[in-house]
Amino acid sequence: MLELLWLIPCLPFAGFIVLAVAGKRIEPRAVAFVGVGSVAASAVISVIVAVDFMTAPPPGYAYTQTIWQWLDVAGFSPGVTFYLDALSTVMMLVVTIVGFLIHLYSSEFMEEDEGYSRFFAYMNLFVGSMLVLLLARNLLLFYLGWEGVGLCSYLLIGFWYKDPNNGYAARKAFVVTRVGDAAMAVGLFLLYNGLGTLQIQELMQRAHQSWSSGSLLPVAAAALLLGGAVGKSAQLPLQTWLPDAMAGPTPVSALIHAATMVTAGVYIIARTHVLFELAPPVLAAVAVIGALTLLLSGFSAITQKDIKRVLAYSTISQIGYMFLALGVGAWSAAIFHFMTHAFFKALLFLGAGVIIHGLHHEHDMFKMGGLRKQLPVTFWTFLIGSASLSAIPLVTAGFFSKDQIIWLAWSSGRGGTWLWAAGVAGALLTSIYTFRMVFITFFGEAHAQVSKRPGLRMIIPLVVLAFLSVTGGYIQLPAIMGNITVFSGFLHTALPPVRPLSGERMEWILEIIAVVISLGGVLVAWLFFLRTRGLATRLAETSPGMLLHRFWFSGWAFDWVYDLLFVRPFVWLARINRDDFMDLAYAGLAWYNRSLNRILSLTQNGRVRFYAMGIALGAIITVAIAVLR
Amino acid sequence: MMSIPMEHGLILAGVLFAFGLAGVLMRRNVIFILMFIEVMLNAAGLAFVVAGSKWNQADGQVMFIFILTMAAAEVSVGLALVLKFYHKFRTLDADAASRMRG
Repeated sequence: MLELLWLIPCLPFAGFIVLAVAGKRIEPRAVAFVGVGSVAASAVISVIVAVDFMTAPPPGYAYTQTIWQWLDVAGFSPGVTFYLDALSTVMMLVVTIVGFLIHLYSSEFMEEDEGYSRFFAYMNLFVGSMLVLLLARNLLLFYLGWEGVGLCSYLLIGFWYKDPNNGYAARKAFVVTRVGDAAMAVGLFLLYNGLGTLQIQELMQRAHQSWSSGSLLPVAAAALLLGGAVGKSAQLPLQTWLPDAMAGPTPVSALIHAATMVTAGVYIIARTHVLFELAPPVLAAVAVIGALTLLLSGFSAITQKDIKRVLAYSTISQIGYMFLALGVGAWSAAIFHFMTHAFFKALLFLGAGVIIHGLHHEHDMFKMGGLRKQLPVTFWTFLIGSASLSAIPLVTAGFFSKDQIIWLAWSSGRGGTWLWAAGVAGALLTSIYTFRMVFITFFGEAHAQVSKRPGLRMIIPLVVLAFLSVTGGYIQLPAIMGNITVFSGFLHTALPPVRPLSGERMEWILEIIAVVISLGGVLVAWLFFLRTRGLATRLAETSPGMLLHRFWFSGWAFDWVYDLLFVRPFVWLARINRDDFMDLAYAGLAWYNRSLNRILSLTQNGRVRFYAMGIALGAIITVAIAVLR
Repeated sequence: MMSIPMEHGLILAGVLFAFGLAGVLMRRNVIFILMFIEVMLNAAGLAFVVAGSKWNQADGQVMFIFILTMAAAEVSVGLALVLKFYHKFRTLDADAASRMRG
């Protein structure tokens, strides 16, 4: 059944083509059928393929399928070839299943929107591109998917294009990620130039053979790939686009800016882990970037008012955890957290979408309040998602994945106390901002009346994702609690395992600290934002508090700095060079011709005597030449 | 009879020609322009006649008759044009016919 693999990315593409061509002419019901159906079919097929892959693994735990030769020039022959191993199987399952649930949700969420078919066309194109990215066997095809998802992200952030602010947010996302993409493209050139192939497996093999650890080439190549990953995954210093990307419809935020696209950076680092292991300084940089990002955006999340921006900063922070895991060499832990994060963060976004949908596009949490009774199903599922995000012990998937990362940040050979401390501090921040959001939105007195209640198509994805957010963690339990390693055991066919250096006693101690920290965060949030509501406000009104609040609210003033350093000088340059100075030469040529024409046309004045004089002068000159020569 | 030296004749022809040319360039009245053209033609004719008498050949006088005929034809066409011109512009000023924007 593995031969069905090619259908998985092709079905969403087919859906895109149908919707792009005929979307305006067919009924909304048919649009939803095509849009949701194509992803649903692709999800079903990927489950079939994955089950087949797990029960009867192909030789070498990898399956390759070429559907056609893309080009073949001078020995460079990238094909449209899909490569299925444990890593891409996990990613593919998450993308198609979560993608299907979000499509189902959108079919109701976007029902009254005039761009219904356009929306599903973009979404299908996105899912198709994401699958190409995941399944690509060579980096060129990978890059095609990589740019494809970037394009869809741009199109969907600016989906409501009539508001210029949305267009601005879309452009910002596109331009900022482009900075990373350019680095990645240069990285690919470097790899091809150095090793003569772009096929990932062969590339890794050759890199391992011909490059020594820590030498210049692998470090440069890995750093450039990291640049691309940092842009796409909204990590420091290119994280500024993600909070603004919330201008798009909420299902878009759930699918692209939480569950799938933003984790593409994690995927490429895990995919090329051999290269990163050859570049220890870059790998250390990955960990440090992850740790810094998760802290900075955690602080920012605490101060946000817009519910989607809280979730956006939270996403940046959780991807920071994944980078931290990658940086300490805990490859499968990063992918595990990617999976659980996709479940609970999509759930949280969809829950937020229900609220926003019901309150006439109200994003401000402080205008919500007391929604617990009005939206019970949303409340309970949102609570489950929040619990998973803040790693409430034992009953949530987020606990197992995040604590694995924190534990390995301490105990892996590449980890250390500081990285562990950052992870733990981040866990505290996570619980605080998550439950701040829950308390402000769902508890207290109601500030608004819900006008639209979610229907079945919105409830089902919430419930399924809530179920996954709880149970998704039980396939991988820590050594001290049952020691189930179904997930990592499966992934270790593609990614090397990590061996903890510390013993069980240490693991118990750290586990308990992490548990206390995450529960403590909930307590702090309860204290500040539910029990004594004014406390946080009073704290923010003192002058250092206000300064800090503004600083965090603006995302550590990164936007301000970038505006000052890059945007303004660029706009200024563009303004003074409004008429491109390269054009001066051509403009001069045109001016010369035009003035010559003006002078000559003066002679065409229609006066007979003037012409006669011309004839006379010409005759005299001719005679003079003839005589004097 | 002492013959007049050719140089004198040619100088007279050149002076006449220059006189005619200056008139064509300077006068604005169309009729005067035609008359000065006539002067120029006759200057050329005089040059032919002088040259013919110098070499004792009749060709110069034959050429003069040609020029005379041509001048008659030219004047008849020119006067017809002048009539139309006056009809259209109600003036004989040649510069009034300048309609080009240049």
